[in-house]
Amino acid sequence: MKCDYCDSKATVFLTQLAEGQMKKVCLCDSCAKERGVTDPTGFSLADMLLTNFGNSGAKIKAPRTERLTGGAKVCPECGFTLEDLKKVRRFGCGNCYNVFTEELAAMLRGMHKGQSHVGKVPEGLMESHYRYQRMEELRGKLEEAISSENYEAAAELRDEIRKLDEEEVAK
Amino acid sequence: MTGAKADECAVITSRIRLARNLRGHSFPGWAKKKEREETLAILRPAVEELSAMKDAFSRELADLTSVQKQVLVERHLISREHAARGDGSGAVIERRQSFSIMLNEEDHLRIQAIRPGLKLKEAYESLSALDSELEEKLEYAFDPTLGYLTTCPTNLGTGLRASAMLHLPGLVLSDQIGQVLQAVNKIGLAVRGLYGEGTESLGNLYQISNQSTLGESEETIIGRLERVITQVAMHEKNAREKLMEDDPDMVADKIGRAYGVLRNAYIIDSKEALNHLSLLRLGGNLEFFPQETVQMCDSLLMDIQQAHLQLHAGAKLSPEKRDTIRAEIMRSRLQSLESPDNRSRTKDQTDRYSEDDNQENA
Repeated sequence: MKCDYCDSKATVFLTQLAEGQMKKVCLCDSCAKERGVTDPTGFSLADMLLTNFGNSGAKIKAPRTERLTGGAKVCPECGFTLEDLKKVRRFGCGNCYNVFTEELAAMLRGMHKGQSHVGKVPEGLMESHYRYQRMEELRGKLEEAISSENYEAAAELRDEIRKLDEEEVAK
Repeated sequence: MTGAKADECAVITSRIRLARNLRGHSFPGWAKKKEREETLAILRPAVEELSAMKDAFSRELADLTSVQKQVLVERHLISREHAARGDGSGAVIERRQSFSIMLNEEDHLRIQAIRPGLKLKEAYESLSALDSELEEKLEYAFDPTLGYLTTCPTNLGTGLRASAMLHLPGLVLSDQIGQVLQAVNKIGLAVRGLYGEGTESLGNLYQISNQSTLGESEETIIGRLERVITQVAMHEKNAREKLMEDDPDMVADKIGRAYGVLRNAYIIDSKEALNHLSLLRLGGNLEFFPQETVQMCDSLLMDIQQAHLQLHAGAKLSPEKRDTIRAEIMRSRLQSLESPDNRSRTKDQTDRYSEDDNQENA
């Protein structure tokens, strides 16, 4: 039998009742040692099953460069795939949250008290977040002004957008 | 316990942790070793420059021995998962150990504040200030809807985990613990053993923490947790009072036996030691022993754990040797602690004398 983390021969076999289910893990000598399996007090299978993703040196079988066929989603920034997500229930980078939106929505169901953030916002981002919102608002108004041929208002809006842009560049 | 507030008897420590990540970098679990080393090179100087981290203990995990890492775990300064990491991960710990920061744990930053007693609000405020200081130097991964972006969606939003370590021997002895913990669980809070997820409860110690991190502000989450913890502490206080009323001999017997074993044992494993220490601590709260006993128990609780013993001995010890040294430390620290029997007898006599005085005066 092969180790669950690399392809070496498994020598350590663990079975534990976690969340009402019997779970089994097979490990080779070096992976067992790396994960502290030899020290019974410092190890819980539940922890390992929950955090078995990319711990230092641990090799997950699927190579991360692998591209899935059939149009499966891949994060363009970090290469994280839908299959990875299904396996580890965690994400590869911040951008993954823009890629796996449907999967995230399913995962979030019932997980938290709400669906959108309430609370602290990084001060540095607060400003750019508000500027972004203001810019979107002005662009919408500009389009409206142009389609209703209100060129005077459109010119004013254009100047305001330009000013915001310049401020952004100056930052 | 008379006069003492309920939460002072039951709540040992309060802990707040915030999960933060850098924008534009793969999360540590997904990043290759090289990428982790790159993020570490960005994170570490930023953390070391924090005003609170002046003269802090700062190491890469690869440079620590397994015993050193285990000591940090026993002190709750790093997680067990973090201790298993090597290259590209680090830990920065404030000298007084009230703040610790894990670098490249599951998230790029796990920043943490620990305070004795029930001090969740205070711990959050000081930690949030430290977080704001970091944020001036680092660009966090943040989304207006999802909040702080974290590796695991269970931490999205505030990235906040608030928890308290509770000592609940009264509820355990009176068989009410299951009921109370179930009620806590029902309102969406997590209950765990001494070392977090999946660990057994030893020494009547329990951790209660929030699970939901998205959709509520930090203040709301912490406020609810504090209210629940105060209630649990109140139940604990009532349970202790009721035990002393209904079955004082049973309580005295348990505490007396714990005292007897810890004072006289030559070989003791950590499980037995923790369970007896828990009763000794209860004895301190119930005035079987002087008040300082409680603090002594709290520091012994730490010092008798296996990595602490090995650090103290300066060598790797076999389990048998650890049990012997553990017993030795117990005997020597408890040497000056008077037997509960003597104390209560003296107290009774004093009471009787003063009653006589009163009668004479009457």
